[in-house]
Amino acid sequence: MNDSPVFKRIRQEIAENPVVVFMKGTPMFPQCGFSAAVVQALSLLGVKFKGVDVLTDPPLREAIKEFSNWPTIPQLYVKGEFVGGADIVREMYESGELAEFLKGKEIALAD
Amino acid sequence: MAMDAREIERLIKAAIPDAKVTIEDLAGDGDHYAAHVVSAQFTGRTRVQQHQMVYQALKGRMGDSLHALALQTNPPADSAPGPAAPQRKGRK
Repeated sequence: MNDSPVFKRIRQEIAENPVVVFMKGTPMFPQCGFSAAVVQALSLLGVKFKGVDVLTDPPLREAIKEFSNWPTIPQLYVKGEFVGGADIVREMYESGELAEFLKGKEIALAD
Repeated sequence: MAMDAREIERLIKAAIPDAKVTIEDLAGDGDHYAAHVVSAQFTGRTRVQQHQMVYQALKGRMGDSLHALALQTNPPADSAPGPAAPQRKGRK
């Protein structure tokens, strides 16, 4: 297993925060439409999450792709599990599957 | 830094020979595509795994020369279940 400091940081982020989005920009000011779409889906469900901006951290931006074996950003993690990128999150949100999935993981949603 | 739609289709089919690939050039600029890929090889795999197979087929171009590829993957309609459903090992 890769033990580089940046991988350790990623593991720490997803262990300490139940819902994490590795994204371009911040939840308040996303810098990319795909990142904005994931933020919006989570916000509409009333889910608390932590946004981690990869644009301010080039090593993290590269490392997260390798860590998840996923070539693009954003990336959503729930309880340490990689859920997907923007397309998957959108598809799951639209089908209602995302809400069910989050409930199944005991993540609080707004009513 | 654009990529031809036929090239995308060729790469996907080279790796997933039974794939039915539908590609739409969203912005007409050769850089923003939506692809829908249907393959029996997706059956029983999670959506993340299905997308990883397609990204693998594109050999590192995704996120590089190919900036925007909205991806949807499905097993063939007549085969079983929803992508994020738990993986099934044989039917009961």
